[in-house]
Amino acid sequence: MDIEKKADETREDMFVELSLEEGVFKTTTNKMYRQRKPWEPINPAILRSFMPGNIPEIFVKPGDKVKEGDKLLILEAMKMKNVIIAPFDGAVKAINVKLGDTVPKNFALLELE
Amino acid sequence: MSIKQKTLDLKKRMQGALLGGGQKAIEKQQSMGKMTARERIIALLDPNSFHEYDLFVEHAARDFDMDKKSLPGDGVITGTGTISGFPVCIYAQDFTVAGGSLGIMHAKKIAKIMDHAMNLKIPIIGINDSGGARIQEGVNSLAGYGEIFYRNTQASGVIPQISVILGPCAGGAVYSPALTDFVFVVDNISKMFITGPEVIKSVLGEEITMEELGGARVHSEITGNAHFFAQSEQECLQQIKQLVSYIPWNNTKKADPFPKKAPKSRQYKIDNIMPVDPREPYDVRDVIRAISDDSEFFEVQELFAANMVIGFGRINGDTVGFVANQPLVLAGVLDVDSSDKAARFIRFCNAFNIPLVTLVDLPGYLPGIDQEHAGVIRHGAKILYSYSEATVPKITIILRKAYGGGYIAMCSRHLRADFVFAWPTAEIAVMGPEGAANIIFRNEIKSAEDPEKMRQEKVEEYKRKFANPYVAAAHGYIDAVIEPSETRRFVVHALEVSAQKSELTPHKKHGIPPF
Repeated sequence: MDIEKKADETREDMFVELSLEEGVFKTTTNKMYRQRKPWEPINPAILRSFMPGNIPEIFVKPGDKVKEGDKLLILEAMKMKNVIIAPFDGAVKAINVKLGDTVPKNFALLELE
Repeated sequence: MSIKQKTLDLKKRMQGALLGGGQKAIEKQQSMGKMTARERIIALLDPNSFHEYDLFVEHAARDFDMDKKSLPGDGVITGTGTISGFPVCIYAQDFTVAGGSLGIMHAKKIAKIMDHAMNLKIPIIGINDSGGARIQEGVNSLAGYGEIFYRNTQASGVIPQISVILGPCAGGAVYSPALTDFVFVVDNISKMFITGPEVIKSVLGEEITMEELGGARVHSEITGNAHFFAQSEQECLQQIKQLVSYIPWNNTKKADPFPKKAPKSRQYKIDNIMPVDPREPYDVRDVIRAISDDSEFFEVQELFAANMVIGFGRINGDTVGFVANQPLVLAGVLDVDSSDKAARFIRFCNAFNIPLVTLVDLPGYLPGIDQEHAGVIRHGAKILYSYSEATVPKITIILRKAYGGGYIAMCSRHLRADFVFAWPTAEIAVMGPEGAANIIFRNEIKSAEDPEKMRQEKVEEYKRKFANPYVAAAHGYIDAVIEPSETRRFVVHALEVSAQKSELTPHKKHGIPPF
């Protein structure tokens, strides 16, 4: 029903040229395809929240030298205090959260260098 | 008491119980544009065919003053009936009774009617309209859900299981529908999610409405959790009746045959569907309608992953399952969602003795980092798995492009299709002409004076040699190259001669498909 309606509309303005390995095809797209997110390479120096949560403790401040395995801060999520640790030796470049902040998933909590 | 008095007493008790949550709650339900649980059952089943059981079941909660409350039927109506003479077990959660919340007795009623369905070998239909677990009953409520999920799993592939979402269905409750074969939803009425908008707001700070989070449209278009989308409850019930006409009672039977009917050949001219330019799209459903009885096609998951078309039709009166690439959407490529969609449908058809007719026209898999990272390898593998394991008659018609992995996946001879036919427009090759020419003639193209001109020449050369069905025919990988107008004749005959097909598969507890 919807697709047929869409297809009728598309006959005029919604057709696109889709480039594939096999050539270029005239076709329409779907919602999932249009909503796909562009890929971003993972930067190990930026520590992101793997879950939404809040920040009850921060152990470091900008400029601090840290060793691999050092505690940086706590991300409390789903009733669990998750310790975010330094993945390598380095220094704290920036801290993007304050005590008590609530952060969404994939938020850049802290940057190392 | 005299017998007459006892009968009157029974009638009085029944009247009370039949009212469910009472007149006020019923009016509230109706004011939300929803039918009551009983109205739904009556509207779905044949007149006077509904027979209700466990009407007098009472809830078993004793804490939080629940013992002082009466919940008629404990919020769920169960029974048996017929749909166009087809027997079914049915239950409907009654939102007017404590919000349709699930307590242990409510769950036991559902479990009991499911056990009936399994013993009687007839389909089970569950109408969901419930606020979720009855919190006052604590872990008993969870036990209830668990008993239902276990039965859904045991019944899977034995009897058809149909879920109808006509209200909220949240938290753990969503997993019963998810385990069943077909999920029906209605716009603005059905809501399904694991964690609701309130939790999302408090945890994430993100605001979203119930409809945007888990409404009928979301589950029909984006998640693929729903199979049938309707604008109203009435339309939804009609869809259920239609589905039931295509499927058998259980896995030992075939679907009831219907009178044979020819396709509407004036409306669907099979010779005119295929565009001249191989890069132009067409609606593959026109091909299905051009070969199915009375040009009827009952599409499943119409709005989800529309680059793959699945659904039921009839050929010479018998149900078949159609699986077809849709050039109209994303050029008909295979991707994560379309693979999942097709694989599940193929397994349903195989479990319930419904022959598969596959129409092939796909350039290959959708390229992209998002697809690779979403696991297109393991998802794509599901199609290979389900076609390979299927032992029902399998008939494949290659309409146009069948390149590379896509050719193999779409029920090729190599996955044990019984019959593979190809139209003269078929292009069966290891890859598309552009890509193939670039690889095979790399050196010639590179060293040519005009590389682009040479490339075009080589592409044309490859097309002439390989973009046809005759190379595959020469190897015997396809059985016949047929004119489009002969398609129905060939399919009818192929189904006739494969009616007694039996295929032995190696003994195993179960396979390990790439879930």
